[in-house]
Amino acid sequence: MKMTGAQAIIECLKKEDVQVVFGYPGGSVLTLYDALYMSEFPHVLPRHEQGAIHAADGYARATGKVGVCMATSGPGATNLITGIATAYMDSVPLVLITGQVAVPFLGRDSFQEADIRGITTPITKHNYLVRDVRDLPKTVKEAFHIARTGRPGPVLIDIPKNIFAEEIDFAYPAEVNLRGYTPISEGDSRTMDAVFDELKFAQKPLFFVGGGLNLSDTSEIMRKIVAYTGVPTVSSLMGLGCILSNDPRFFGMIGMHGTYAGNMSTTETDLLIGIGVRFDDRVTGRLDQFASNAKIVHFDIDPAEINKNVRANIRVIGDLRWTLEKFYQKLQEKPAQEWQDQFKPWLEKLSGWKKEKPLMYKKDTDEILPQPVIEKICEITEGNAVIVTDVGQNQMWTAQFYGFKHPRSLLTSGGLGTMGYGLPASMGAQVGKPNKKVICICGDGGFMMNCQELMTIADLNLSVKVMILNNRSLGMVAQWQREFYNSHYAHSCMRTKADFVQIAKAMGVPAVRLDKKEEIEAVLKKAIFSEGPFLVDIRIPEEEDVLPMVPTGAGLNQMILGG
Amino acid sequence: MKHTLVVLVENKPGVLTHVSGLISRRNFNIESINAGYTEEADMSRITIEVDADDEYELEQVVNQLSKLIDVIKIIDLTGKDRVHRDLALIKVKASPENRAEIINLAEIFRAHIVDVNKETMIIELTGEDVKIDAICELLDDYGIIEIVRTGKIAICRGPKAAKDV
Repeated sequence: MKMTGAQAIIECLKKEDVQVVFGYPGGSVLTLYDALYMSEFPHVLPRHEQGAIHAADGYARATGKVGVCMATSGPGATNLITGIATAYMDSVPLVLITGQVAVPFLGRDSFQEADIRGITTPITKHNYLVRDVRDLPKTVKEAFHIARTGRPGPVLIDIPKNIFAEEIDFAYPAEVNLRGYTPISEGDSRTMDAVFDELKFAQKPLFFVGGGLNLSDTSEIMRKIVAYTGVPTVSSLMGLGCILSNDPRFFGMIGMHGTYAGNMSTTETDLLIGIGVRFDDRVTGRLDQFASNAKIVHFDIDPAEINKNVRANIRVIGDLRWTLEKFYQKLQEKPAQEWQDQFKPWLEKLSGWKKEKPLMYKKDTDEILPQPVIEKICEITEGNAVIVTDVGQNQMWTAQFYGFKHPRSLLTSGGLGTMGYGLPASMGAQVGKPNKKVICICGDGGFMMNCQELMTIADLNLSVKVMILNNRSLGMVAQWQREFYNSHYAHSCMRTKADFVQIAKAMGVPAVRLDKKEEIEAVLKKAIFSEGPFLVDIRIPEEEDVLPMVPTGAGLNQMILGG
Repeated sequence: MKHTLVVLVENKPGVLTHVSGLISRRNFNIESINAGYTEEADMSRITIEVDADDEYELEQVVNQLSKLIDVIKIIDLTGKDRVHRDLALIKVKASPENRAEIINLAEIFRAHIVDVNKETMIIELTGEDVKIDAICELLDDYGIIEIVRTGKIAICRGPKAAKDV
């Protein structure tokens, strides 16, 4: 069938079962936008390209589908950078289509030209510059394949303006043939025997689960493994939701703001089994003290993750969908009761730690503390909402105090720590999951970074509930300054006369301020059960810290405790 | 320890940048890097000499490079029976009195004199890097004006191609 490059892209998107694209038009992509218009392809127009890509990212994390984002050349494309790096660090599948100046203008510093392929090379799984319209269908096919298979990630296709207009005889390839890319699906069953043997002799094993479980949708099998063996389990930030938070064998998040029981258990364990984790420095603390008494087993789809930060004694390379099934089967060679008896004293020890030093906060105060607000949001939503956080204290309080029950129910920028992520990502999540309650928990600093997207949320009447934990400061920065810089609050205060409630109303979103402790429940309920979007400006104290905390350079057992 | 890696890649624009960029941003140390065509039209061969502190660092280099979509295969030739060569062109000061000595030196090293004028000579030498280092040291006495070296390329002995190893 004869069609233009622009029409071909839309045909490709349909073949890939793309439901919606997030994008922002501009000079180089006008032909593409005309084709979108003519085909009535669903499109979300944010107010900034960064909003578009975070929304596509939130959509992808919430649904498990590939998020698609479009932008024009030059500034349009460069506005995507933060979002691309965010998705890359957290292995989120995205396909990004950027316009480029026409081929004859390439390399001449033409109007709105930027070498986006060069710029995004370190932060994409792969990228393309299409110089011949005949390569377009094959390129799009490859891009989706690369984005969603193996360890997922963002893939960028840069398309010069003239390519959109040129004609081709369209045919969508049925298969992808990339000799340098053969993602691993199955692993080596013999590694299961090795893990089994280690576990058989372990006294204090620990499962450490991460974002890989969310990405591969393998929480269910992991929950079975935990239940079958009774092995205590901890999580990274990205792994929250994979294990039921109130499972008696689950001890929460570990790392810089991890639980006491979780962090102590990593110090004492004799067999740490990391599953879909990448041993980020926020998790390990001082590397030479991390799980220093333990043998390490590492399950991952990406061989380059093994021995990157923490050295593994046993490597289990493969897709968790395969390896965890095999592992579960292997475990059944020993009866569940025997496993559970074997680890009972260890489990009791962790439960003791948990009881002794749980996550705490002050109860006798008239101020509105963020921790009970998060607990209340959890209670009202019964733990069933999709929670999208921004970055900083709001993110850590949410991780600590919202009892997650479901995979893909916490969307957060873990690897890059992108402020401004929360609001647009929650917009994308709501587009992808229209029947779910989507709640954006952010600080006043991060909210302002992409607050323009309130207008998009209002336009689309998306039922996003924005909870600003407003401490009139960059809370986490101020916390560090309090702790490590003699309370020198160097430019971390945001005392302003502006009013978030008015900002929200001006953009078409109903909003209230919450500054009385006795009104917490009523206001939150009103917000959460209302139709459409709602914003609550929650006034919390300026000097509330996220605790426990492990200072940088310390071991995980050297925590500053709170409460 | 230095390792010689053969990286077979798709013959496409930008691939060398991808490979070298990855190595630098992952904070690995490149000693030399070399790219060229191969017996297959759609494949290029990059030879990288990389300095790795230990086997874990080397494993990271290889595994991270393997993640690049355009990288077809990586072979570590370190410790394998192989031939490796570096090509150098050396411009050295050569007064009429010194010329005979320099020609002698070049002969000992089986180098070629590829240009002579009143004041200088250009010497072409292929060989292992230590051999090139040695001649450079000797020529230094006469005054080296300029050196250009290709960096190492390497190939396995025996009937098999690296891609089949």
